[in-house]
Amino acid sequence: MTAQPTDIATYNFAYLDEQTKRMIRRAILKGIAIPGYQVPFASREMPMPYGWGTGGVQVTASIIGPDDVLKVIDQGADDTTNAVSIRAFFKKVANVAVTTETAKATIIQTRHRIPEHPLTSGQVLVYQVPIPEPLRFLEPRETETRKMHALEEYGLMHVKLYEDIARHGRIATTYAYPVKVEGRYVMDPSPTPKFDNPKMHRSPALQLFGAGREKRIYALPPFTDVVSLDFEDHPFEVQTFDQPCALCAAENVYLDEVILDDHGDHMFVCSDTDHCEKRREQGRRGDLAPETMEPTQ
Amino acid sequence: MYVAVKGGEAAIANAHALLADRRRGDRSVPALRLDQIVEQLALGVDRVMSEGSLYDRELAALAIVQARGDMIEAIFLIRAYRTTLPRFGYTRAIDTGAMLVERRVSATYKDLPGGQLLGPTFDYTHRLLDPGLAAGGDVASPLQRASEADAMPRVSAILAREGLIEPDGDMPQDHIPGDITREPLEFPMARDIRLQALSRGDEGFLLALGYSTQRGYARNHPFVGEVRIGEVELELDVPELPFAVPLGSARVTECQMVNQFKGSAKAPPQFTRGYGLVFGQSERKAMAMALCDRALRATEFGEDVVAAAQDEEFVISHSDNVQATGFVEHLKLPHYVDFQAELDLVRRMRAEHDARENGGKVEEKREAAE
Repeated sequence: MTAQPTDIATYNFAYLDEQTKRMIRRAILKGIAIPGYQVPFASREMPMPYGWGTGGVQVTASIIGPDDVLKVIDQGADDTTNAVSIRAFFKKVANVAVTTETAKATIIQTRHRIPEHPLTSGQVLVYQVPIPEPLRFLEPRETETRKMHALEEYGLMHVKLYEDIARHGRIATTYAYPVKVEGRYVMDPSPTPKFDNPKMHRSPALQLFGAGREKRIYALPPFTDVVSLDFEDHPFEVQTFDQPCALCAAENVYLDEVILDDHGDHMFVCSDTDHCEKRREQGRRGDLAPETMEPTQ
Repeated sequence: MYVAVKGGEAAIANAHALLADRRRGDRSVPALRLDQIVEQLALGVDRVMSEGSLYDRELAALAIVQARGDMIEAIFLIRAYRTTLPRFGYTRAIDTGAMLVERRVSATYKDLPGGQLLGPTFDYTHRLLDPGLAAGGDVASPLQRASEADAMPRVSAILAREGLIEPDGDMPQDHIPGDITREPLEFPMARDIRLQALSRGDEGFLLALGYSTQRGYARNHPFVGEVRIGEVELELDVPELPFAVPLGSARVTECQMVNQFKGSAKAPPQFTRGYGLVFGQSERKAMAMALCDRALRATEFGEDVVAAAQDEEFVISHSDNVQATGFVEHLKLPHYVDFQAELDLVRRMRAEHDARENGGKVEEKREAAE
């Protein structure tokens, strides 16, 4: 009971031990080789809870090097608490440079959004995935769903989408909208709004998906075909907003609704905070933008 | 007026400073030392070691105090540390028959070789609060046995002589035991893997499932053949040496549940077994584990799978409290991007619904909804 606080517990660069990183990199390589296929991997406990991005953090920890520049977003924003926490984690355990600018990052870890600024070759987008199995809510058993993927048996998914149309007049899936990868695997794009699905298609960036609790990794190598499931007479379409961002006047971006008062008045602002800031720096002003830029911390 | 919010970083830092303050509590009360926790909250320490899958009392005590006594949080801290430790190797299978036994009871035999040994148990205590503990009075030293204990063969070995109980499970010679911390889980599982998962499973979850088997959801007529608690030797094979190297000892609780079985197309009438083994002293957990283990062997014996406790994928996928707490609590994280998408859909569907109900007032409603 005399151990000093300094030597009782120590950690490796980027937290994971090197054997574990190698194991995860192997799973990533396999995922890249078979786009859209869910590779089982021996997911580790991480120092943040399961369901809070442990899959994404393991992927990032396995590929990050001292020269990387990391950006972390949650709901599109760099300043949401969990994004702040994960960014601080990598600053602490890997001492890497961090940024909020999409264009400057080499690795972007994300939850629920793809940045509005187009990604470029050489960038890696790491998604945090809660439930990697797109068929899970149609068939709860892993033993069954793996078989369905193996046999390319996706009828159940099409029936689900058809039933949506029969019942609601439209496909009632707004996020985690299933996609087909390279004409083979049906894949869960993680709970990004379907607005972001087209950005995955033939992206020049490498896209990696990590699901820690469910112990799966999957990947989209650059320029992979990613097609949202639909029907000829009910083609896939993304959300549209009737008004531009109230702060930066951006159109054709994903907006968050902000409640302004207890009468239910609201405004719509960019979900991608970096994109919004950049536009305001360039002098774009929305209807409700303050006169001067608010100080950033 | 809304402006883009900044300051999450400062808010988190302040929240953690407040947490540290609340964890410490009133500064005029002396801080807990780890040895106090190890010595006086030993069963809590055992639970953290068992479900944290790391046999280290000092670290478990540190985790408990850091977690303010929240056991699942403490287990989580230990798991997140142990997962970073490199593997040197795997010990030989422990021999619980050679255990240095401190407690051993059997419910199937009145007396048996080695005898019944109550040991340090809550059983037969009257659950009356003891004000003497609050005053911190002295505690008398316990009686020590005068001589070495007799050999204490496992009760399964005694029953096996008559051939009435299934033998210890055998794995093929070349079978390499699985490791759930190094390999992804796959269903269906081999029993060695399943037992590992049960052994680190949540005590409360296994207790409830075990209880459900007693109440008729996959009843398997259990008797406690034996529960034993004590120290077992750990030995490691080192490639350069011709003998196994002793590493020390660990305290474990083992439960052998003996279950009646009428026989099926796959197996003759005999007693079957459920097995529980956990780090430290926890009969409740070891017994619940044994009940679940037996229930999960349903297909092995050709029994109908009719209840939750028999469903391997259901039980094992949900037994890990670190996974469960993370995913349940992640609902606290922001979901406003997805909620926005759903809000938009519900508004549109609601407008269409109202239009159908009210005939022509579509446009107005939609205006109002936007």
